[in-house]
Amino acid sequence: MTITLVLLGIIMATLIGWLLRQTLNTQPWDAFDPAENQPGRGVIMAPPSKIGLVAFIAVATSLFALFLSAYMMRMRLGDWRPLTEPDLLWWNTAVLVLASFAFQLAQRASTKDKIRTVKIGLLAGGVCTVLFLLGQLIAWQQLNASGYLLAGNPANAFFYILTALHGLHLLGGMWVWGRTTTRVLRGANVESVRLSVELCTLYWHFLLLLWIGLFGFLLST
Amino acid sequence: MAYVSLADQDHQADHHDPTTFITKYIWSQDHKVIAIQYSITALFVGLVALVLSGMMRLQLGFPDSFSFITPIDYYQFITMHGMIMVIFLLTALFLGGFGNYLIPLMIGSRDMVFPFLNMLSFWVYFVSVIVLLASFFVPGGATGAGWTLYPPQAILPGTPGHEWGILLMLGALALFIVAFTMGGLNYVTTILQARTRGMTLMRMPLTLWGIFMATVLGLLAFPALFVSAIMMILDKTAGTSFFMPAIMSMGEVLDYEGGSPILFQHLFWFFGHPEVYIVALPAFGLVSDLLSTHARKSIFGYRMMVWAILAIGGLSFIVWAHHMYVSGMNPYFGFFFATTTLIIAVPTAIKVYNWVLTLWQGNIRMTVPMLFAIGFIFTFTHGGLTGIFLGNVVVDLPLSDTYFVVAHFHMVMGVSPIMVVFGSIYHWYPKVTGKMFNETLGKWHFWITFLGTYAIYLPMHYLGFLGVPRRYYSMGDTEFMPESAFILNQSITISALIVGAAQLIFLYNIIISLKKGKDSGPNPWQATTLEWHTPDTPPKHGNWGRDLPVVHRWAYDYSVPGCRDDFIPQNMAPEDVPMESDAETRSPDGGTAA
Repeated sequence: MTITLVLLGIIMATLIGWLLRQTLNTQPWDAFDPAENQPGRGVIMAPPSKIGLVAFIAVATSLFALFLSAYMMRMRLGDWRPLTEPDLLWWNTAVLVLASFAFQLAQRASTKDKIRTVKIGLLAGGVCTVLFLLGQLIAWQQLNASGYLLAGNPANAFFYILTALHGLHLLGGMWVWGRTTTRVLRGANVESVRLSVELCTLYWHFLLLLWIGLFGFLLST
Repeated sequence: MAYVSLADQDHQADHHDPTTFITKYIWSQDHKVIAIQYSITALFVGLVALVLSGMMRLQLGFPDSFSFITPIDYYQFITMHGMIMVIFLLTALFLGGFGNYLIPLMIGSRDMVFPFLNMLSFWVYFVSVIVLLASFFVPGGATGAGWTLYPPQAILPGTPGHEWGILLMLGALALFIVAFTMGGLNYVTTILQARTRGMTLMRMPLTLWGIFMATVLGLLAFPALFVSAIMMILDKTAGTSFFMPAIMSMGEVLDYEGGSPILFQHLFWFFGHPEVYIVALPAFGLVSDLLSTHARKSIFGYRMMVWAILAIGGLSFIVWAHHMYVSGMNPYFGFFFATTTLIIAVPTAIKVYNWVLTLWQGNIRMTVPMLFAIGFIFTFTHGGLTGIFLGNVVVDLPLSDTYFVVAHFHMVMGVSPIMVVFGSIYHWYPKVTGKMFNETLGKWHFWITFLGTYAIYLPMHYLGFLGVPRRYYSMGDTEFMPESAFILNQSITISALIVGAAQLIFLYNIIISLKKGKDSGPNPWQATTLEWHTPDTPPKHGNWGRDLPVVHRWAYDYSVPGCRDDFIPQNMAPEDVPMESDAETRSPDGGTAA
């Protein structure tokens, strides 16, 4: 549980830090002058959907941290036989890095009103993600073919669960990506998709980071 | 482009009122309608669980008298009663019900920030309830593994519902977690981003602090239950061995090997302990507001109350293994968890002292909500004190499998939150419906429930000291149990049936008052918080009419010296506060103005 507690500690500390940066340290009786026309004081200057996404990322972090904690506890028991990760995973990782890179490109272009580059970035990001997911499926088949069955050993089972969950998170992202890309292809202007592109980029970076963490963890155990 | 806060983007014209019956009452995205949908569903499953507990009590009080309650039924009733009460009633009602209704109204916003997600949250919750209840009707019936669902027995033959029941239970939990996550992201983001002008964090009513922290705990802790549910489903259906050790069942060697049932316990309680506070923190918040309003006095130590909520939330993640003292853990491990458990009593005790000090020299109005709030202080203190017994390893070991534990957790997280639920329903009923409930019936409901729960749970402590084991279908002939224990069991059963029946008074009251209740007016309790100062009662879609309210003070300006009324609404500007005399120059907002 150490890994979970450390990550939750970081999330909690961030939350308290956030609240302190807002108005947690403003006393209830501190005067407030409506004539100053301030917005609800202490509101974070970001759209709600971005805050919502960051909160969701915290939830996903907790979910994966708990799986890793369970993994480490289960690993210590006698019947654990580590599996050899297929080399294909390195290629998949590279493709996911490219996807993240393409989203970054789209996001930068969206702030400069270059709709063509946004289009290219989004499409490239989507294609790379699909390639990554296909690659993961092929990796599963390779493992299956070489006898690493789901019920064979908990090491295999954890591998399948972790990669499946990560893939499901990507698929969820692809839904938002699909809606955004459709709008761009139908000729929506940059302004109307800027936020969606930004949120997709943030989410893909998170999933890339998560994958690199997971992959490193799987390789080292 | 600079971001403009929600309070400043407000345009009432953007809030299209729903027009058809379906968009207004079924696929509604209005937080108030969703809150009522959540509450009614939760109260309905709560009633089911109440009936189940009545059946269990019949069996325990009068064993061998009711042939229709078999041991299999009994274990199914135990399991479903526990899971429904903790998750599908209390969690859903406090966060989905009260959270949905009160968050936007108390912070002065028009709705949640993601209304569509909010609607989805309710409907997924609704499906999870149906899946859960469906497990009564599948072959083999509902699971009888106990609400903790410990493997290996939960998925092995010999346990009721080990085929379908357990899968539906795990599926219902997974759905509930999805629903909660959608709702929870909404609650957190709305409180952080949609507060109206002047509503600083430290001016929020404690209700919101409780709901906020409980939601954060839920978002971070429910994944642990999700993880264990997925792993157990795989152990059951795909033959993996996460939790299942090498084992023989019914004379056959099964394919499992090497799994760890203790791993499940760690994951389960890593969720399970924060879950206690997911239920308790909203109750703490709501009861603080009830006490302050009905005692006409500002809450004692507001900032300390906020920090205590945050501290309890943080600490609740490092006490989980105190539920596992009997699992055979390293003594140093037990020492660590006993210590953290006792430390968490400190912020909790601060809260209890502050509630009592809020009552001290207050102008207490013995309304129905106030009775329930004071009742909560009794039952919570009581249950909290027995928690200190059980938090110590040496005391817990002999008591762990006895009725002492049943008495403890029912007092602290059954009766206490339910006291707050009732108090809060009575308190906000006039706002939700525009009608006043019947006070006399409310008082009858309170006294029967309050005294009745003591008649039920106090004797259970004594049964626990005697060593009467919990979870047993029937005690049979045992030497250590004196005759008095059997008589006590009968008296507990009779009390439980009376208390259960008394809940009909409550249902009758809230239903009949919809029609026959007197008009309550917008603010019958003369409360300060924003929800009592909406232009319409009950509030209409969009809550605030043309303009959002502006907040000038904290939520607890009761009995401010020199003011004409004994309360000052949060949205009243200092210059508008009616004073006792014009000669009085003392500032109503606590001395900041000259």
